[in-house]
Amino acid sequence: MTETTSRATALPPHVTERLVPALAGRIQARVLVAGTGDPVLFLHGAGGLIWDPFLEALAAGHTVYAVEHPGAADTDALDQLPGIWELVLFYDEVLDALGLDTVAVVGHSFGGMVAAELAANSPRRVSRLVLIAAIGLWRDDAPIPDIAGVPASRMPELVLADPNSPLAELLTPPADDPQALFEAALRMASILHFVWPLPDKGLRGRIHRVAAPTQLVWGERDALVSPVYAEEFAGLLARSETVLIPDAGHLPQLEQPRLVQDAVLAFLDGPAE
Amino acid sequence: MKSIFFHLMPYRDLPADFESRYESIWVTPPNTELCDPAKVAQYYDWNLDELELADRLGFDGVGVNEHHQNGYGFMASPNLMAASLARRTPNNSAIMVLGNTLALYAPATRVAEEFAMLDVLSKGRLAAGFPVGTSMDVNFCYGVTPTETRARFREAEELIIKAWTQPGPFIFNGKFNKLRYVNPWPQPLQKPHPPVWLAGGGSVETWDLAARRDYTYSYLSFFGAKFGKKLMDGFWNRMAELGVDRNPFRAGFAQLICVSETDERAEQEYLEHCSYFFNKCLHIPAHFMTAPGYRTRKSSEFAIRTNQPGELAAVAALEKNWKTLVDEGFIIAGSPATVADRLIELAKTLRVGNLHALLQIGSMPHELTKKNITLFAEEVIPRIRHMWDSEGWEHKWWPKGAANRSATRPAASQA
Repeated sequence: MTETTSRATALPPHVTERLVPALAGRIQARVLVAGTGDPVLFLHGAGGLIWDPFLEALAAGHTVYAVEHPGAADTDALDQLPGIWELVLFYDEVLDALGLDTVAVVGHSFGGMVAAELAANSPRRVSRLVLIAAIGLWRDDAPIPDIAGVPASRMPELVLADPNSPLAELLTPPADDPQALFEAALRMASILHFVWPLPDKGLRGRIHRVAAPTQLVWGERDALVSPVYAEEFAGLLARSETVLIPDAGHLPQLEQPRLVQDAVLAFLDGPAE
Repeated sequence: MKSIFFHLMPYRDLPADFESRYESIWVTPPNTELCDPAKVAQYYDWNLDELELADRLGFDGVGVNEHHQNGYGFMASPNLMAASLARRTPNNSAIMVLGNTLALYAPATRVAEEFAMLDVLSKGRLAAGFPVGTSMDVNFCYGVTPTETRARFREAEELIIKAWTQPGPFIFNGKFNKLRYVNPWPQPLQKPHPPVWLAGGGSVETWDLAARRDYTYSYLSFFGAKFGKKLMDGFWNRMAELGVDRNPFRAGFAQLICVSETDERAEQEYLEHCSYFFNKCLHIPAHFMTAPGYRTRKSSEFAIRTNQPGELAAVAALEKNWKTLVDEGFIIAGSPATVADRLIELAKTLRVGNLHALLQIGSMPHELTKKNITLFAEEVIPRIRHMWDSEGWEHKWWPKGAANRSATRPAASQA
């Protein structure tokens, strides 16, 4: 709870936090909202919801709704969400509660998996889809490493093209602070709840339903979710374009912010088909 | 006090540089490189011989447990070992399976069935251990979602008890176990069911279950009473809050023990095997110990407050520092008199009536293990067996068909 508060306090003044009821009020979704313009739903990865420069750039020309995956602060919420199916329905309800009939969806990593599932479940609801280093598919020839099964000290080299970049601090909570480590573990647990032990929960069998034009954004040096998965998604989607980002790993939107912002904004604001 | 010879069944010949070459004793130690089935055949013979010896020499129980992909204990199915023991323990020791890792089995009917088979096969000597299970076994080896670990454990416990006590067939509509027909043949011999022994590393939720269901609880630690005290104090405080009595047989503790003729001789004989145990057998990286979501907020906060002694133990062993291992209580070692004195002190400190005596430690060879078992049975057990008698508690969790060698003698039989 303190973590949630401190993250909330750190929000810039133009970002508002909304608590949106879902599942008949059994869970509240925490949503960060900022900007004006066409709505964009952003779904974060295993690092948790942080108002970062990428969201700031999206908010320059859009109304951004960044939703925190449920269970990050209190795993009891996960009792209500036994699997990916219920999570997708949760997001469908959150969109209802936000009054968003159709929306562009941008998802990173696990958030990309949820975005693709949402677009497959509600194809008429998702106008455009951006998948950044998304999980959700599995190839035996390119196994995605087990982020729970490696020492925390190895995370920077798995996630970043430059493990010595200042972004590494985001990935490694202070080793001498058990409470901070536990809060980070809970955030991670709320993601792993839906993808343990392998991030393959059947998206391959549902992804053909996606109607939205899709942009696939991948770091060329993503050591966690190899760029071969961009090809894999492209092969399963009716309409997609792929943007490979040089000198970027699994966090391309933070490692090469300008390249990713320019590509994503151009795609979101591109002409209707 | 009840003495149970608890066997982990470790690999006794790991390479000298094991802990520097491999990341973990558990989950990932490569089987084709490190585990020779021919050697294991020899170990299994020794292990069972050692357990059968303990029965003959008068231990109250013989104990086995379940681990997976683990170099310090590769009894993937403790029930197979217990089945063998049920037929080869003529002195009627309790068969303590501590236990079956419930969260791994859906439907958990399988556990109800196998435990019932063991209870019948052993003529009512089974103590049915229900551990929540380690993150290594449950989450990493068997792929159970960490956030489901406790819910699966609780549901399995409920299903098993129903399967043992309710007339079948009945319907069980759980979250993880959905069964139209629950009707295991046979139900257990012990009525209403074999005593349930919870086993854990100290999660608060497990204590509440022990209180609610009137189960006995064993803290399976490798780090001795000094570190176990915070945890067992937590257990007894929780029992008091819930209005549960202080019957010491509600609680058990695991302890590494080395007995020799003298204190000095114990160091000479056992130090290298204790070092092997702490350096190699407990070579487990932190990330395997608790997958994110394995611990609840409640248990984690308790764990953070009481902290873990693992590193200190490893350092002490690395220095081959016998004095530290003994002084810190990681091991209880020495002459029978020394060992008995320290065990009585431990049992009083922790208030436990069940001792899971770890007498085969790491690389300890067969002959030395037999010596340890024999000295313990002949010279330690008689000194500790009756330590709780004066308080007059009944051991309600002892299997009904097992010999009750350390029971308080009823007044009538003393006349």
